[in-house]
Amino acid sequence: MSATFEQDEMRMQASACPACVAAPSAERLAAAAAPKDARLMLSLPTAHCAVCITDVERELARHPQVRSARVNLTLKRVSVDAEPGVEAADLVARLARIGYEAHELDPDVLSATDADKRGRDILMRIGISGFAMMNIMLLSVAVWSGAEAATRDLFHWISAAIALPTVVFAGQPFFASAWASLKGGRLGMDVPISLAIILASSISVYETAHSGHHAYFDAAVMLTFFLLIGRYLDYRTRAVARSAAEELAALEVPRAQLLRDGAEVTVPVGELVPGDLIRIRPGARVPADGEVIEGSSELDRALLTGESLPVWAGPGSVLSTGEVNLTGPLTLRVTAAGRASSLHRMADLVAAAESAKNRYTSLAERMAAFYSPFVHLTAFASFLGWLQISGGDVRLAVNIAAAVLIITCPCALGLAVPAVVTSASGKLFRKGMLVKDGTALERLAEVDTVLFDKTGTLTMGAPEPQNLANLAPADLAIAAALAEASAHPLALALAVAARAMGVQPAKMSDLREVPGYGIEGLWQGQRVRLGRADWVGAVPGEMTATHLQIGALAPVSIAFADRLRPGAEAAVAGFLASGKAVHLVSGDTSGAVSELAQRLGIAHWHAGCLPAEKAALVADLAAKGAMVLMVGDGLNDTAALAAAHVSISPASALDAARTASDIVLLGSDLAPVADAVRVAVQARRRIKQNFAISLIYNVVAVPIAILGFATPLAAALAMSLSSVTVSLNSLRLK
Amino acid sequence: MDALVYLIPTSLALGGIGLAAFVWSLRHRQYEDPKGDAERILNPEWDDHPKP
Repeated sequence: MSATFEQDEMRMQASACPACVAAPSAERLAAAAAPKDARLMLSLPTAHCAVCITDVERELARHPQVRSARVNLTLKRVSVDAEPGVEAADLVARLARIGYEAHELDPDVLSATDADKRGRDILMRIGISGFAMMNIMLLSVAVWSGAEAATRDLFHWISAAIALPTVVFAGQPFFASAWASLKGGRLGMDVPISLAIILASSISVYETAHSGHHAYFDAAVMLTFFLLIGRYLDYRTRAVARSAAEELAALEVPRAQLLRDGAEVTVPVGELVPGDLIRIRPGARVPADGEVIEGSSELDRALLTGESLPVWAGPGSVLSTGEVNLTGPLTLRVTAAGRASSLHRMADLVAAAESAKNRYTSLAERMAAFYSPFVHLTAFASFLGWLQISGGDVRLAVNIAAAVLIITCPCALGLAVPAVVTSASGKLFRKGMLVKDGTALERLAEVDTVLFDKTGTLTMGAPEPQNLANLAPADLAIAAALAEASAHPLALALAVAARAMGVQPAKMSDLREVPGYGIEGLWQGQRVRLGRADWVGAVPGEMTATHLQIGALAPVSIAFADRLRPGAEAAVAGFLASGKAVHLVSGDTSGAVSELAQRLGIAHWHAGCLPAEKAALVADLAAKGAMVLMVGDGLNDTAALAAAHVSISPASALDAARTASDIVLLGSDLAPVADAVRVAVQARRRIKQNFAISLIYNVVAVPIAILGFATPLAAALAMSLSSVTVSLNSLRLK
Repeated sequence: MDALVYLIPTSLALGGIGLAAFVWSLRHRQYEDPKGDAERILNPEWDDHPKP
């Protein structure tokens, strides 16, 4: 909209770039390492009432080392002031005991105070210009109803005394951004705004000094007031989205277990250097690239590659940052950390794609590009025209030019976009979607091709056993007993399914997990095993499966399929019904991908795609003129998310993916995605209607102003009527 | 018209009080947690004596 906002947004994107989130800056980590008073921040997603506030604050205050705790219900957070050495995990456990879900937040990622300062700054300017506007309006009404001579002059002087300081203070955001855009050689919407405010004020002072009839102090202040509201709405939309996005990023506090002289020390990830030995516990994410020197396990690489099957890892295996260790502890020699890691290289790919996307010009910018020159030319032409007609009466000509400028000034235009975007984002937020970018809705409205990632996006990324009904009850009991003993995702899924079927686990002794292979135990004197195909002597198949072997009998396999994300079918069907091309792209094997594509009725599917290939596919479609919506969650999708015209990722996605996407899906349901496009199309229609409404006002008012019939009263009426109509039209959004 | 001499300063002063109250509330972060403040009013804990 304006230059300052563009700059702010760029700054915001710079600080929220995937790279910074994935590998936090050095000073942040240095600060985290130093011992200090604990200022902890916990997220409380379930808090919603007065009782929650009291419960949480009282429970935390009971901790001997906690000095104070204060819940912020609006942000659903609690900030805790405590003595050094208080661990967030303690507090989280305490809250869990009394039934509140809590997560540690990284307070350094949350720059709430900084962002807040800007919001309060705009609010202050709104308050002051509102005060000035009301007082000047009282005086102006007196003048319009017929105050004469000395009284009128007195009222004009009082108005001037109120208006001038107000305009100087409250108009600063416009002056600053107008100056910035002029320096950049462009004619933004803020140039005519600033010009109108300045010209209206100075002409009014001149007229007042010469006992003139018309003064435009009310118009100058009203213009500032209305436009500041638009500016504030614009800012709020961004700030709400940003603080929620920051919170998502702050959920992952990066730590690594460093082995120093045989002892384990917890250090920030940024302190790791190549050659360090680190321990990776089962369930932990690999913090740096490296080579396994001890231990064996299985790795979940779904976020990096989209493979749904866990991969075996043992001494000599090379691990990449972001993979998740599943079954056994691993010792890793770091080969690349921080900026050099594979995660970071992926982030560079994203940064490149993102800079390409920033070139999108919004409807408001396009409107400004056409409208600003028009405003200036009209005002200048009426100045020249009246100079000619009146035979050199500069005062009259300047007066009329100022009236034209005030009336054409894009008061309603300044509200047209922010009001609609605020209303549409609010609507989507209630449906569980967070719009992160101001132009995301406009871009979403243009989409004609939708690309879905498979693992973690269309599916939950959690396997479910398929053929339990075919197993003999005795086998099932044995499998359940073995599965209960492991933390492997397939075993966990099997145990849950068995419990749901009411299976009583068989009695088992000598249970032992062989990391990377499976579990074995003794059942009625026989050795039983549940695990990898080659370990139990089965033939590996195309599907994800685990295998059960009882004694010397032939192994039985239990096949798994990934569960569909709720709403996935509805979302795909919705897109197909509205005539959009739907593609499925995945890094997974073609068997799994084609099966899912068939199930959902997706005609185009691409399997085994590398991250760069996904991005290339997006670029390819874009080159053919398609407007691509990418929906994905993995690190392997990040480049594609950034390259797409607009992108959506679920909240369960890796933070790099969330940062790269324009819209974040907060719930686990995928169904609102199709709805979002509908809301976006509607929002774009409202924006265009708003433009039309303010243009109609201009078409009526501008000729009056050019002909010299405009009075301050007419200007005030045109301005407030168009602003109110535009705001009401925005609220009509369904 | 003499009344104006009193009325105009009075109206400005009244508006000014409102403005000062707004500036104070903004400076003292009264808009930080509107939802929480709305709920806290229901909390009977400090009803009998003020929070120390």
